[in-house]
Amino acid sequence: MAEVEESSKRMFAGLSDISISEDIPVEGDISVPVRSQNADDDFSTLDEPVKDTILRDLRAVGQKFVHVLYPKKSSALLKDWDLWGPLLLCVTLALMLQGGSADSGDDGRPQFAEVFVIIWFGSVIITLNSKLLGGTISFFQSLCVLGYCILPLTVAMIVCRIVLLGSISSISFVVRLIVVTASFCWSTFASTAFLADSQPANRKALVVYPVFLFYFVIGWMILTFSPSP
Amino acid sequence: MATPDDLTFQEFEEAADLLSSNPGASTLSISSPGAAASSGEVRLDLSDDEDKQQESSELLGGEKQTGGFWTFEYYQSFFNVDTMQVLDRIKGSVMPLPGRNFVKHHIRNNPDLYGPFWICVTLVFSVAISGDLYTFLIKMGDPEFHYRPQFNKVSIAAVTVFLYAWLVPLGVWGFLTWRQSVERHISGYTFLETVCVYGYSLFIYIPTSILWTIPVYWFEWLLMAIALVISGSVLVMTFWPAVRDDTRLTAFATMAVIVSLHALLAVGFKLYFFETPKSTGSPHSGQQTTPAANHTLAVGKH
Repeated sequence: MAEVEESSKRMFAGLSDISISEDIPVEGDISVPVRSQNADDDFSTLDEPVKDTILRDLRAVGQKFVHVLYPKKSSALLKDWDLWGPLLLCVTLALMLQGGSADSGDDGRPQFAEVFVIIWFGSVIITLNSKLLGGTISFFQSLCVLGYCILPLTVAMIVCRIVLLGSISSISFVVRLIVVTASFCWSTFASTAFLADSQPANRKALVVYPVFLFYFVIGWMILTFSPSP
Repeated sequence: MATPDDLTFQEFEEAADLLSSNPGASTLSISSPGAAASSGEVRLDLSDDEDKQQESSELLGGEKQTGGFWTFEYYQSFFNVDTMQVLDRIKGSVMPLPGRNFVKHHIRNNPDLYGPFWICVTLVFSVAISGDLYTFLIKMGDPEFHYRPQFNKVSIAAVTVFLYAWLVPLGVWGFLTWRQSVERHISGYTFLETVCVYGYSLFIYIPTSILWTIPVYWFEWLLMAIALVISGSVLVMTFWPAVRDDTRLTAFATMAVIVSLHALLAVGFKLYFFETPKSTGSPHSGQQTTPAANHTLAVGKH
């Protein structure tokens, strides 16, 4: 009671010395100075040349590619998500799985639409699954991560096609198997590094398993690709 | 007695004694004669009672209606499972012990849609991929064979598995509910529990389909028999208690339909995805086709 008041008085005693005497006018501007140029840059990018716009988006996509290739616990992929990269990768992968020549007798190969649907619907279903299990990641962030992590598998597809330009033998199959398996593990590891943190601890495996299945199916499609004779 | 500032242990014991001697007494009234204890303790007892009441009402079951079907939370209530729970349910479907009803023992009023959905998806891909591998292994020695991935089989597998996993439980549930309305003493299951049982019972087909890639004739049919027995017994042990109070004819007919539909699915998978080619090249494959046809007839007469 009384003792408390005394001690607080002692603690805050020095504050009374700091004061502004009333005869000094206090002036100044409270408003934050905004340079008109900055305001224009932030709100309208209409005036910049097209090259700048495209290069800015490409640079963002490229930066995210680097983050996927060297997965660290950074939030760059999550903070500014974009779906350009996944679209680019999906279209590239689906085109490369076509085989080049239009052969109508070969109906076994996955069609362009099938690959597209598997990748996009697969990503949507995995995202819904993780949200239903109580994840905190947002819908488009998850789509972005899953799409960008297809990059290792696309690289593997390119390597497989180069290998298949040579002769089709068991050695080429073993090489392709190793490359596809390595890139599948890389993709799964990269995406779980980004996605697993947003889940409660006792459900992590429930969220990781569909991601594993998703990249396994894509890897299978890449591995079984055989060029037309 | 005790002063208001002196919340000693003795006061609490007094209140506890009063409560234990008269457990049915409502702890709401502060004006009751024995409650000389401070109001804080009465509040403690009240909250304990409320918690216990809430817990028991949840255990007694009942639909957890969290919002309408257009809200996200409604669907989130079907995914309220942990990793260990899912693994436990899968284990229960693979090792059915007699007397352990899958629904009562494993699901326990918490049916989930995670297990059935992802087991069906995995089954679709495992059957399609294993069938592809099997065709490749069978035809590996043929120099004219050029490997082509049969990707259209994935679509067929998907349609078959999802139709089976959703329409058949719908039919079984509808039938059981109708019988329940006709004869009161039959206990039924909710639709989600039926879907859950069917979904988890399909799990055994995943390792079976992977092992079916080994092209040894008798091993394939042995595997099918084992898988049928295991998943069939899960279904039988779940649904037998629900129908045994019915007339004997209905009970046995229901069981026969459930088991034969399950068998039809297994045999259909085997014959469509893992078909041995009818080539005149090797006598071994020729031997395989006719016994397969005989088996189909034998199962068809079931």
